[in-house]
Order: sequence, then structure tokens, then C-alpha cells
Amino acid sequence: MMAYRDEKLHEEKVFKDPVHRYVHVRDRVIWDLVGTKEFQRLRRIKQLGTSNLTFHGAEHSRFNHSLGVYEIVRRILINFADRPNWNKEERLLCMCAALLHDLGHGPFSHSFEKVFKLDHEDYTKQIILGNTEVNQVLLRVGPDFPQKVADVINKTYKDKLVVSLISSQIDADRMDYLQRDAYFTGVSYGHFDMERILRVMRPYEDQVVVKESGMHAVEDYIMSRYQMYWQVYFHPVTRSAEVILTKILHRVKALYEEGYQFKMEPTHFISFFEEKVSLEDYIRLDEAVVYYYFQMWADEEDSVLKDLAYRFINRKLFKYVEFNPNLQMKEWMELYQLFHKIGLDPDYYLVVDSSSDLPYDFYRPGEEEERLPIHLLMPNRELKELSRQSDIVEAISGKRRTDHKLYYPRDTILKLSDDRPEKKRIFELLYQ
Amino acid sequence: MLDNHAKLVKVIASSAGIVGRKKLQKIIYIMKKLGYPFEEKYTFHFYGPYSEELSLRMEELTNLGFVSEVKEKKSNYYQYRYQVTEQGEDFLTHSPVKIPEVDEIVSNMKERSSRFLELVATMLYFDDLSKEEVEAKVQEVKKKSNYTIEDMQEAWRFIHELKH
Repeated sequence: MMAYRDEKLHEEKVFKDPVHRYVHVRDRVIWDLVGTKEFQRLRRIKQLGTSNLTFHGAEHSRFNHSLGVYEIVRRILINFADRPNWNKEERLLCMCAALLHDLGHGPFSHSFEKVFKLDHEDYTKQIILGNTEVNQVLLRVGPDFPQKVADVINKTYKDKLVVSLISSQIDADRMDYLQRDAYFTGVSYGHFDMERILRVMRPYEDQVVVKESGMHAVEDYIMSRYQMYWQVYFHPVTRSAEVILTKILHRVKALYEEGYQFKMEPTHFISFFEEKVSLEDYIRLDEAVVYYYFQMWADEEDSVLKDLAYRFINRKLFKYVEFNPNLQMKEWMELYQLFHKIGLDPDYYLVVDSSSDLPYDFYRPGEEEERLPIHLLMPNRELKELSRQSDIVEAISGKRRTDHKLYYPRDTILKLSDDRPEKKRIFELLYQ
Repeated sequence: MLDNHAKLVKVIASSAGIVGRKKLQKIIYIMKKLGYPFEEKYTFHFYGPYSEELSLRMEELTNLGFVSEVKEKKSNYYQYRYQVTEQGEDFLTHSPVKIPEVDEIVSNMKERSSRFLELVATMLYFDDLSKEEVEAKVQEVKKKSNYTIEDMQEAWRFIHELKH
């Protein structure tokens, strides 16, 4: 009888996919993993969190993306199959790690992680190693297989080549999300010739490198990453929604800690407030549950929670101005006092958001061995770092733009009587 | 405002500057593991725990003029020297952020090589494993670094010293 790890489906299954056309599944293990409740949960977690409030098409889920990453890795491995340096035995491990790499993401995970001190990577590991359906499937492959999958995702697996397929500066994860996010947001950047990149990728000792002849396709990928960063991921309106979401979570946690009586007990959140979140609690909190509570909180007595939840649900977002915390420190301090005077708690309504507050990054050539850069494989088998060969990449990976924005509820301040001197002064300070 | 930035400025100010991006990365990680209230998210990279968020925050601090970054040429590579500027000192005086005393621990780590701090950070990354498992894991994930048994013993001693 064929070992479970080698078992093939009688007929290939395909998922229709708008980015890769089809996602092909032939391995029984992959098919079984897709059917687990922990993987199906990813359908209820949006890939881009609050971006749909800016780009209405961005409703795609972590489920779509995870299948996409799996499909890219599957295609890379077809190319790698008979090449030197590649160990064919790692095929199933790579595909499982690709499929499951985002398993621990929760709803709006960036904000949740910041407020409740969580780490989605920890939960990915716990789901893979804990008492779950995913773990049961992986255990059937071998007793140490769940740990191997967790190690690959955690980047601590002994074979770095396997790790770099899933996470490096040009990995399957990024190649999928750039294209998928571009497709669903409807923007015209984010496209690059992935087929070409996949054809020129080579396993080389412990990393994936790109043949020098494919440099222009990689340049296109780096440009697309750069543009998506500023145009989509870092869009100021999305950041506004994220600011409000974060403040809702801070407020509700603060209220819980001071013994506030909620109209409806926030059962699903209590372990989050107490920072003792069990795996079970974590898995059952999806976006539908979060939205349900937000609707409830929009009817609460607490005016701050009520207002913020209403804003988030109905897209009544904060406005913003560019802000330089060095040059405008005095203005900030004055604004802080003025907000108190008009009855708006500045800790919730006057918020500085910085570029480092988001989980996306640019290409970095990697000085002082910080992070492995993209290497080109030259015809003489030497490796050259991408930005040393490409003027375009060098230009956009040098000194980078960072920014800070000040978010505030313009609508509320506009409603103040024109007789109030604070109103005039606030606008003077914001728009001077 | 910018509380997480202020904590970093405080660390750099405490020791009259830090030389080396890698060293800074590992110092903050080790302090975080020891319970200091840093919020930068770290993941495991080729060279041990690394935080993209910290790298970006340092760029913000240099772009804002709170921290100066000087690129220095070494024999076969460049390294970066970080120091707090006058404006950075001023920023700290306005920041309400509280952080426990850091001078001693930072100067203790500053004297060590970045290679050694990389080992210590990696060992702390696997602190859910037993001592033997940690050592085996370090040899597995950092094969190329060729850490010796003596290096690891020294790292364990150093971790013990930091914790007590």
C-alpha cells in the first residue's frame, strides 16, 4: 500500500483562481489539509484587513492567498525537480509549509497583535503542533512532520533552501500577495512577469537565486513591490481605518480593566483582554465575530467606544495632515491641550501614525549581514547582489522615504461652534 | 506620541551611541526577551532574530534628525554608528514614556561582538527548549557560524549574568 505522504488523488482537483488561473492539487495530503476546519477558517479572514474601506474590491481572504502561495511553490518545484542542490524529498514539506504559512493569522491581525501582544506566527506554530485537524493530517505523514512544517514556516528549519522558497526577499508569499492584492484592489501596479521569474530561479547551495538573464523580470517585481507599498498598503485612508480599529481595541480593553459594565458581555474577547488567549479562543475569533461586537459597541454607553465603533462600521474615518514630530513638537503639545479643552480625549482622537507601524517592507540590499538579499547567478557561477547590478533597484533601495501622519476627527471639530477659540486655533495648528 | 521611538532613542542615548546595525538589532531583541517593554516584532532570519520594524523605525529616527547615522568603512565592509542628536535629547525630555534603567545592561552588551550577541539572541529565541536542545538547534540553524562549545558556554554565562 502506498504511504500516505505519496498518495495521489484519483483525479487532479483544481481551484479556479483569478491570479494563477488554476490551482492544481494532486497530493492527498494537500487536499486533506485544505479540508481542515483551521484552514477553512482562513476564508473568514480578509487578506488586506481594512484596505477594503479604500479599495472596495479588496475583499479577498487569506484562504485565496494561501492557495496561491501553494500553487507558486508547486510550480517552482516542477522547475527544481532535477536540478543539482535540490533534494526532492523536501517537496511535500515545501508545499505544506506554503499552504499553511498564514494559518495563525487572525482578523485584522496587525492591530490585534499590537494591542493584545499576540504573535500570529506563534499561533501558526500552535495550530500545526497542537490538538487540531491540521496536526492530525500532518501526523499521518510522519511523527516529526508537523515539527518540520512549523520549523520551515518559522524559518528555523535546517535546510535554508527550503525556507527561502517560503520566506525570502523574492519568495512565493510575496509573489502571490503582490499580484493578488493588485488584482483585487484594481490598481494597475503590482504586475510582473512571474512565469519568467519562476523559469530563471535556481537552487544554489542554501538559497534560491535568479539567473542573471532574468534580472529585468526581477527589477519589475521590485518596482511593483515599491509601488504597491505606497499606493495600496500604505494608503492614508486605510491607515485611518487601522488607527480607529486600534483605538477601539485599546478602549474596550481599558474599559474592561476598569470594570465597565458592557451591555453585552464581550465573551469572545475576555481572554484577549487578559492576555491569556488559548488556541481555542484564538481560532474561534474571526472577522464575523469582530464585526458583530463592533455593532454592539456602537450602542454602548461609553461615548468614546460608541463613537469609534460607529465610525469604523460606517466608514466615518479620521482625516489626516502630514506631520513632522521634530519640527512640530510644540504644535503637538498645544493640540494635545486643546483637544482636552474641547472634550476629545487626545489619546483616542489625536493619533500620530508612522511608516514603521505597518507590516510591509521594501527591498533591502542587506548590509552587515542583516537579511539575505536577492542574488543573481552570473554566467561564471558567481553571485552578485541585485542592487549592485541593477541601477533601478539601487535607486529605490537606497535612503528611503519615511513618513508620519497626524489623524484627527475633522467632522467633530467642524461641528463645534465658530465662537470657540479652540476650534480656530486647532485648524490653524493643523493647516499652518 | 512615538513612544516606541522614544524607547529606542533612550537606549542609544544611554551608552553614548551604538556601532553596528546588527549589534543594535540583537541588543534590542535580548532586552525584549529579558522583559524590557520593546514592541518591535522579531522573526528568525538567516542571521538570527531580526526586526524589520526596528530597521524602519531607525530610519525614521535618522530622517527626523533625532538620531545620527554615520557610515564607517571597515576593512571589507561598512558599519553604521548611531548617536542621539540634540534634537533627539530634546524629544526625550518631552516624551512621557517610561522605561526601566538601561545604562548598565546596554553598556554590558555593547562591549561584546555582534557575532557573540547573535549567538545569545539565537539561544534566547529557542528558550522554550531544553539547554541541550537549544545547543543542538543553534548548531543546526547556524551551521556556517561555527560556534564552539566554549562560545555557547560563554553565552549561557552571559545570559545568566544578564538575568541576575
